[in-house]
Amino acid sequence: MMHFDFPVLTALIVLPLAAAGILLFLRGERTIRLVTLVVGILECLLCVRLFSYAPQGAIFQFEEKASWVPALGMTYHLGLDGLSLYMVLLTALMLPLCVLGSWTYIGKRIKEFHICLLLMTSACIGVFAALDFVLFYVFWEAMLVPMYLLIAVWGGPRRRYASIKFFLYTLAGSTLLLAAIVAFRHVGGSFSIPELMEKSYSFKFQVWAFLAMALAFAIKVPMFPFHTWLPAAHVEAPAAGSVLLAAILLKMGTYGFLRFCLPLTPAASVWAAPVMIAISVASILYGGCIALGQTDIKKLIAYSSVGHMGFVTLGIFLLSSKGLSGAILQMLNHGITTGGLFMMVGLLYERSHSREIADNQGLGKNMPAFMFLLGLFSLSSLAFPGTNSFVGEILVLIGAFKGSAWIGFAAVPGAMLAAAYMLRLLQRVTWGSPSSFKGTWRDLSMREWVTLAPLAILVLYIGLAPSLTIKTMQPSIDRVLTNMKTKNAAMGITEDTHLAQRLHLPDLSVPDGPDQKERP
Amino acid sequence: MTIVTKLLPELWLLATIGALFIASISGRKRSVLCWLPWVAVLGVIAAAVSLGVRGELFYGVYSVDGLSQFFKLAIAAGFAIVTFIAAGKRDSEDFSPDYFMLLGVSAWGLMLLASCVELITLYLALELSSYALYALIPLRGKDRRAAEAGIKYILFGAAATAISLFGLSYIMAAKHTTYLAVLSTTSWSFADAPLAVIGLTLFLSGFFYKLALFPFHFWCPDVYQGSKNETAAYVATIPKLGAVVVLVRLAALFAPGLEITTLFAILGAISMTVGNLAALVQRDLKRLLGYSSVAHAGYIMLGLAAGTAAGLSAATFYVMAYILMNLACFYVVCAISKDGENPTLDSLDGLYHRGPALAMILAVAAFALVGLPPTAGFTGKLFLLSAAWDQGYHWFVIVAVLNTAISIYYYLGMVRHAYTGESEAPALTVSKGQLAFGSVLAVIVLLVGMLPASLYGLAARAADGLVAARVAHSLAAQAADGLAAARTAAALHP
Repeated sequence: MMHFDFPVLTALIVLPLAAAGILLFLRGERTIRLVTLVVGILECLLCVRLFSYAPQGAIFQFEEKASWVPALGMTYHLGLDGLSLYMVLLTALMLPLCVLGSWTYIGKRIKEFHICLLLMTSACIGVFAALDFVLFYVFWEAMLVPMYLLIAVWGGPRRRYASIKFFLYTLAGSTLLLAAIVAFRHVGGSFSIPELMEKSYSFKFQVWAFLAMALAFAIKVPMFPFHTWLPAAHVEAPAAGSVLLAAILLKMGTYGFLRFCLPLTPAASVWAAPVMIAISVASILYGGCIALGQTDIKKLIAYSSVGHMGFVTLGIFLLSSKGLSGAILQMLNHGITTGGLFMMVGLLYERSHSREIADNQGLGKNMPAFMFLLGLFSLSSLAFPGTNSFVGEILVLIGAFKGSAWIGFAAVPGAMLAAAYMLRLLQRVTWGSPSSFKGTWRDLSMREWVTLAPLAILVLYIGLAPSLTIKTMQPSIDRVLTNMKTKNAAMGITEDTHLAQRLHLPDLSVPDGPDQKERP
Repeated sequence: MTIVTKLLPELWLLATIGALFIASISGRKRSVLCWLPWVAVLGVIAAAVSLGVRGELFYGVYSVDGLSQFFKLAIAAGFAIVTFIAAGKRDSEDFSPDYFMLLGVSAWGLMLLASCVELITLYLALELSSYALYALIPLRGKDRRAAEAGIKYILFGAAATAISLFGLSYIMAAKHTTYLAVLSTTSWSFADAPLAVIGLTLFLSGFFYKLALFPFHFWCPDVYQGSKNETAAYVATIPKLGAVVVLVRLAALFAPGLEITTLFAILGAISMTVGNLAALVQRDLKRLLGYSSVAHAGYIMLGLAAGTAAGLSAATFYVMAYILMNLACFYVVCAISKDGENPTLDSLDGLYHRGPALAMILAVAAFALVGLPPTAGFTGKLFLLSAAWDQGYHWFVIVAVLNTAISIYYYLGMVRHAYTGESEAPALTVSKGQLAFGSVLAVIVLLVGMLPASLYGLAARAADGLVAARVAHSLAAQAADGLAAARTAAALHP
């Protein structure tokens, strides 16, 4: 274990909390915005320390451990590995961008708004850094309240409906997760995630635990039949709320699969993989088809999220090295790209006060800088080569074709649908016949440039040099997969069987499929 | 002198009651609320100081142990909080000195109840605390609903008490003793002692009634609705402490897995489901909280059914958390009600414009009642769930978490009205001192949730002592020789 003098993760969690406390006593809109912005920049600076992460080093780095409730073996235990590192970086980056993006968008209850943003940041970093199951759950649920308020207080006209749907859906899903946590303590003797990961559990227990956890995570992702809260929440949330929702909240679901389902219930994951893959493909196709029919830009992007997150879950449940690295990269990319897109829709809404495509047509001539960035993010969203999403999606697709060509063929139309709906949006907003443009609509201001530039740079940076990112997370991914294999082998689930056979489809795949099947 | 140190919290409260009595006959116009809250705070300090005191009094019927001292602290704290809540309406005519005297007598009875380790004494203490409440509930100006609530409370109370006494007669007939210490050395399986088990089940109904557990919960929403807001705040919280302390003492008698613990689990599961489902359709806030307390009585059963040291300390911890968050909720109810009327969900509309601090306190209390981290409600529920799961009550845990999912809707409904409802009503005027008090309450709910270790440690030490007695007995029984009895006696009377 590496020892660091400075508890950087705790600092990342406590700094926004403390700032939220200070904000309570501040007055003046400008002061509040500036203080929050400075806190956001400090968060990013703190994150610089995280770049000393050594991929080949210890399993969990930047570890911090303190006693919390010794009677039940609960500990305050934080740490990062390749699965969570980039999520923490992304969360920290989003805070200052959200503050800048809402500089003029949010006009009422500014103090409370920024407190909610800060609390969200704290809780989200906590979710990704927690290495104690209860601590994870605390952050996971604590994040709901500020998000609920962001939608309910600063949202659009149907905010009451959207906010309560969001809250009920996600909380109802995660109640069974709590039962699973309690059960894991009973059989594993601890709440500590690293300790639980080392143990092996009976197949029956794994299946039940997997189902309880997967429900919570699938709602958060959201996967196909559980996605209905997402469009409502996205459409009604303020721009910053949508950005946080898309960039960070959705990732918690997929992160949950990676952190808990695969390492703790490996046999059940293999058992459930075909169904999860089927649902993922359904999400990809369904999200794409529905997005094609939308006239509201925010709704369109919300449904595109369902499709993109389908690629992530597909990558995870391919249970192969390519699939997993594609999935994690896609999580990061979706956060950057969709975050950027929602930010831009917010800017557009500030000008036109409408999210309909028809009211925002033909802006290419008058707002070239805006359209340049919208074009960049749209191309990234449809996974154009050279942008970040291309790398993630192609890795997932390679993994899919390796697993079974059928899965690959089923998922490819999703990528094509993405091109169809994003290009349609781009074409109409750029070159459509101008509908309601007014001279008062300015092109991007300096502040808006600063908000979007970091995301735009990341789109190109990850798109052109993805290996740096992949290298960091590869050892962690390999560790997850080897652990799965050895545990399953120990349980007698050793026979390598191609996914196609598990799905009862004719075999078209290349012969070195990495997956395993449970032997009855 | 020793008796004074041993009974410090009780004596302090008795002195307070005496002072209130003098105030009530002296006829002075000045409200007792000027000094009462601070005297009650001193009572909390007295109870905290005597946390470590141990001893036995009155021929072994009155035991000062970890459990009793913990609950005396909780009762003193609850009493102080209720007087602070009432202090917000100090001009109200109903708040005469005798109102608080009756409150004090009821709390005093509950303090005695916490220490009773003999069934007849226990019964007397229970009645002492109930009689004061019978008189308190109808006190609401000239409101007829309050009279109705009072009658309902008395009738239900009388019936439950009669059943209780009847059960007590069976226990005495079967076991020939009323001392808990002796009772804990005998077997409580239905096969060994059918009469005693039936008797105990009936005896418990008196406490289920106090706790408002199904099927003894019918009075609860009506009485909350009919009585004064401040009275409801008291009735909803402090008597539950008394019920739980007795149930914890009695649950320690049973080895886990007996018929009677299964009964606990079944009643608990029904209670939480019925309470939560009924609460979904309520509009009156106090009625809603009434059904919510029925559901919470069910959650407490998780720990009692487990019956282990972990389960009993979880129940002890949870009831403490419960009174804190429920009092925070009632604080808001009392603060927003105009002229002492019953607030409905609609009167919460626009609360975040009209009283932002109140809205925040309400949100903390409501989310704590849901069991959302990082509040005391979550930590308490986690302890309960893990204790029950460890004892194999998997179905009970699943029912409990599904019930959490049901309960979100109505608790969130309160927050939703406060934060997204629009209202033309004028801003609420609440004094700075009242707001500070409410904020302290909310902060405590959060702190107990985030750093529960020390409070849980107190609860655990209290419960360990109880279970140790039973474990000592079962070890002794295993030895199965003449020495066993002597060893048990040694373990019980060191």
